[in-house]
Amino acid sequence: MNEQVISMLAEGIKDTLYMTLGSVIIGYVIGLPMGIILYVTGKTGLRPNHYIYRVGDFICNIIRSIPFLILLILLIPFTRLIVGKSYGSTATIVPLVICAAPYIARVVEASLNEVDTGVIEAAKAMGATNLQIVLKVLLVEARTSLIAGFTITTGILLGYSAMSGTVGGGGLGDIAVRYGYYRWQTDIMIITVLLLIVIFQIIQMVGTRVATGLDRRKRKGN
Amino acid sequence: MSVIEIKNLTKKFEVEGNTVIALEDINLSIEKGDIYGIIGMSGAGKSTLVRSINYLEKPNEGSVLIDGINLSELKEKELRKMRAQIGMIFQGFNLLEQRNVIGNVCFPLELAGTPKNEARARARDLLKLVKLEDKERSFPSQLSGGQKQRVAIARALATNPRILLCDEATSALDPQTTTSILDLLKEINESIGITIVVITHQMSVVTEICDKVAIIDRGKMVESGSVEEIFTAPKSDAARELISGKDIRYTPVKQLNTQKTIRIVFKDNSAYEPVLANAVLKLGRPINILKADTQNIGGKAVGEMILGLPNDDDPADEIITYLKESGLSVTEVVNNE
Ligand SMILES: Nc1ncnc2c1ncn2[C@@H]1O[C@H](COP(=O)(O)OP(=O)(O)OP(=O)(O)O)[C@@H](O)[C@H]1O
Ligand SMILES: [Mg+2]
Repeated sequence: MNEQVISMLAEGIKDTLYMTLGSVIIGYVIGLPMGIILYVTGKTGLRPNHYIYRVGDFICNIIRSIPFLILLILLIPFTRLIVGKSYGSTATIVPLVICAAPYIARVVEASLNEVDTGVIEAAKAMGATNLQIVLKVLLVEARTSLIAGFTITTGILLGYSAMSGTVGGGGLGDIAVRYGYYRWQTDIMIITVLLLIVIFQIIQMVGTRVATGLDRRKRKGN
Repeated sequence: MSVIEIKNLTKKFEVEGNTVIALEDINLSIEKGDIYGIIGMSGAGKSTLVRSINYLEKPNEGSVLIDGINLSELKEKELRKMRAQIGMIFQGFNLLEQRNVIGNVCFPLELAGTPKNEARARARDLLKLVKLEDKERSFPSQLSGGQKQRVAIARALATNPRILLCDEATSALDPQTTTSILDLLKEINESIGITIVVITHQMSVVTEICDKVAIIDRGKMVESGSVEEIFTAPKSDAARELISGKDIRYTPVKQLNTQKTIRIVFKDNSAYEPVLANAVLKLGRPINILKADTQNIGGKAVGEMILGLPNDDDPADEIITYLKESGLSVTEVVNNE
């Protein structure tokens, strides 16, 4: 394997990580508040609001029902508007975020729903504001589940970022398609796939470690 | 002025188009330093009532006054301040699982913006009070039920509340642990003069620590007064049922129909005399003992018995008169089949 290939693969790893982490971070910037709003305005939430909930619910369902590849293509004009071009790794982050945010919102909502209502009731009885309940009770008590959700989301976005390689998205997926599919260089394709697997494993491992490390529920002895 | 005053409180819930009346026209006054029991069967509306006291549940009609302040007149912010002055503990403890013991006790102080050092010092004092000073770094999952409830009590007391609400606080605990938690509550009541409202479905909890009690039956308050009064002479069916068990209200045993059934309560002095034996000897009529039990009311052992008397009126009345003269409290058990 020559140096050129190695540096290309290194570039690919960098682009893949850039797309994955970029989209997961921006996705959470949008999706986390969305998930909190869904939880808060839901039927049994802190401040039920049928209309807000229905709107949020609808948006989430619509976007999540569009297959990612189609979303990628549908969003090309929008991506061009924001990034200035419709290909390359930065451009890929746009559809990744649009795809991930509603998914993240749902995952966050589900995590918050797991928090024992009794604990929320206790906080209310102590005179906590809704904001305090969200920040000091919900997000803290649900953190293990939130981190698990974060890990799963990151894994999915890693896969999607590779998928976007088929339409010139950059990163390892792009390399796999260009060399493996168009030029029949199977060895390069296999290496990219292996690299994706390794990255995926690392994400999963770190996520699980952090989640269990932060969980105070099951630790015995002290 | 009462610490807690509930006036004509009615609470309804809309469930799928149906209206459930959880509470109807409740009137209740709780004085400073009372340990006030609210007792009733499951679904009677006890939790709804106690949640109305800190306005977690807003009544449809009527009002709740805390130290004379009508909660319905408070703004949201003032209401939260008021809630911080009313501690609450629960059947399920409701501790923050991701915080350790001292973190839990500090939590209400943190909400109130108390400086961290001050909060920690206060939390340590409280942990000493509930005898958990060596557990401050443990997490709730490492504690027993009784220990968890002690943490919850310390947490509820952190903001120095004037009122402590306990919703079935001992229902998830074994009898021994229940006693130790009740003792702790009593101790706190005596040492800091806090008013305690105890919600329960167990008469034994009421007789063990309460001074006064209200009986809730299907959303209505059917009886209230001092525990001794109600225990010795219950007026309502619900009270009798809670004191002596279901059999009296719902399954009047067939054989009881041939007998007049009475309930007698031994006050402290009468317990030393063989009153029943004397009655039998003196009047020469049989007395059938259907049930006998002793309970601890405010530290005093009080005995209760359910007796079957001969059904012809004269001798039965004679026996009743004799028992009354001997200083026993006698109530007739009505067969409401
Ligand atoms: N949020 C609610 N929505 C609808 N109905 C409710 C609600 N809360 C309580 N109820 C109804 O009000 C009645 C009283 O309930 P509550 O929880 O106060 O009873 P309880 O005496 O505390 O019973 P338990 O001993 O089982 O805890 C019940 O019929 C219950 O179904
Ligand atoms: Mg209840």
